[in-house]
Amino acid sequence: MKSRSSLLLAILAVAAIHLAFAQGERMTLPKVVEAGSAFSIQSVGSGKAELYIIGPGQVLKRDVQLGEMTSFATGSLYNAGHYLAVLAGGSFTETGSFDVLAASKPANLSFLAKPSRLPVGLHDGITGAVYIFDGYHNLIATPTPVSFELSTSSGAMQKHAAVSSNGAAWTAMDSTSEQGADHFVARIGDVSSTRIVAQVPGDPCELTISARQVGEKVQLTTAPVRDCHGNAIPDGTVVTFTESYSGAQSTIDAPLKHGIAEVTMPVRAGATFSVASGVVMGNQIGWNK
Amino acid sequence: MSKGLLLAAVLAGATVALVVVGTVWPVPSAKAYAGGATLVRSASTPEGAVVNLGDEIRAQAWDKAYASFANKGEFTEEEFIHSLTGTFPSLLTYSTISDFETRPIHASDNEAEIDLKFHWATVVGPSARTYHLHVVKNADQWEPEWPIVKEPTVPPQVIPVNYLRWDVIYRGPGDDWGAQDVEAPHVRIVDMHPVERADGVIVLGELLNEDVVPAYVSVAATLISKNQTPIATEDCFDKISHILLPKQVTPFLIKFPGVTLSQVGSIRMMPQSTLVSASADPVIEIGDEQWHSAPGALLTGQLINQSGQVVNVAHVLGTFYDKSGQVVWVADQYVDSALLPQNPVPFEIRIPQDLAKNVSTQRTVLATYSSGGSL
Repeated sequence: MKSRSSLLLAILAVAAIHLAFAQGERMTLPKVVEAGSAFSIQSVGSGKAELYIIGPGQVLKRDVQLGEMTSFATGSLYNAGHYLAVLAGGSFTETGSFDVLAASKPANLSFLAKPSRLPVGLHDGITGAVYIFDGYHNLIATPTPVSFELSTSSGAMQKHAAVSSNGAAWTAMDSTSEQGADHFVARIGDVSSTRIVAQVPGDPCELTISARQVGEKVQLTTAPVRDCHGNAIPDGTVVTFTESYSGAQSTIDAPLKHGIAEVTMPVRAGATFSVASGVVMGNQIGWNK
Repeated sequence: MSKGLLLAAVLAGATVALVVVGTVWPVPSAKAYAGGATLVRSASTPEGAVVNLGDEIRAQAWDKAYASFANKGEFTEEEFIHSLTGTFPSLLTYSTISDFETRPIHASDNEAEIDLKFHWATVVGPSARTYHLHVVKNADQWEPEWPIVKEPTVPPQVIPVNYLRWDVIYRGPGDDWGAQDVEAPHVRIVDMHPVERADGVIVLGELLNEDVVPAYVSVAATLISKNQTPIATEDCFDKISHILLPKQVTPFLIKFPGVTLSQVGSIRMMPQSTLVSASADPVIEIGDEQWHSAPGALLTGQLINQSGQVVNVAHVLGTFYDKSGQVVWVADQYVDSALLPQNPVPFEIRIPQDLAKNVSTQRTVLATYSSGGSL
């Protein structure tokens, strides 16, 4: 085992020295091989020799009959990169090199979409970056047209086209005015990758309350709370009710349930009721009963 | 014999002698705290009777404390214990009395008024409670009357709750490389400014959860000197409401002891948020909030639990604003009793007296902890 390693190292050293001038005398190499495709190497002369193919993450060895064609089956070389071929006979060593390039047909897309959740109506709020790989996970560096599509649950769609550069393409899109789970798709031909982007309502808009007396208390109820695009604000959003009276005040933070928030507060003559959610203020009601 | 051996022998002998003396003739207070006996003082004076009571309560000698009351016919021993520590788990359940003090208010031949103030050592810092005791003379002994406040009982009822809760499923190992994880909540600092106090620089502000999901939040700040080197980094610890529901705002306060504002060139703020499971309940009314600028510079009010769930620990945070709406101060108080449904519990938040004149408005928020379950 150790002697084989030593032999290989020696061959590589010799190959490095002879690479520049020894190429092409006893074997004919392809200049470029597509990853995963079959290829062959023609040798000249007679007798037996050993052929080594050395590249990134892969080493192949074949016993060859000089003067014959050595064939490599589909899938023999699949990592893109620069490969060294070494033909070692009893009295000679010849080297050459060739490139294995990523397959031209994309097979996988790695799609990064950010963010996964954002408010509606944001300009360039959604970004998507796609990396294009062949079937052997080699990055396809040749410019490739990519289509980005963002579709809402109601079917509305934004489309952007881009051309990849060094294996990557990206885009930015606006969030729409409609809340829901949007499908963000990157597509090249029949290969696609989908991400879900949740578009959520923005800040409440025109927050209003109404008041009615229930026994010795006042029941305060918001109108259905919506954002400025008409989307219902989700349940759980906190609405703050404040009752101000005679230099004092009472407050309740109540979550929206079924689209509205409702609280009861004590009746005090001359009190003022107000409502707010986050940094958005609503209306005020004076209570003089 | 060398000097070292002689010294060791002397120290060993002295230790043994002191152990023997301490065992045979223990100091009364040590004996009492060890559970051997009460720290008996003469109850021939009103103050002596109240001090005895304080010692017994501190030693949790409930039988003896209860037996010493002049009005024990009005309540049971269990009610007395509950009036001190509460029926339901609260901040005081896991606390001990570190000290107490008495303050005579008035005394005559047969009766006296004395304040008994207990200092509790709780997990969130010291907490004090004062009891106003009426002490009466019975024969030649003085006996305190316990100001019993029976814990209210909640009538049997059904309180409907539309239980609203967020649960989170995070990205798993089986998801592909490009798949997103759930987005952290979007939070925003809506107000921030530093003030200089005698003990250093304090950064005050407010943080808004502008997202539609609950967030666990914290705020850290780094003071940068005028030559762009960091002076110190601190965070707000518990001077913030850490769980923020959607569109909820919390104040925060960050202390930088020993720093002066003249040293500071800029401040780097670092709000942090994490998506967490949370519940929108319970709903607590903060009622009768009143600002008393003088004397005392304090905000008083009461908490009313509008849900059916017992709230074991409540943390009240007050934000105080000047006329222009800028935050002047942030102060807090942990309420030491459990919040039972519909039962008001008072709170009191103090701010530095010198800031009182600047306060124009205030806003109060509440963070709660419930160990689960209803009554």
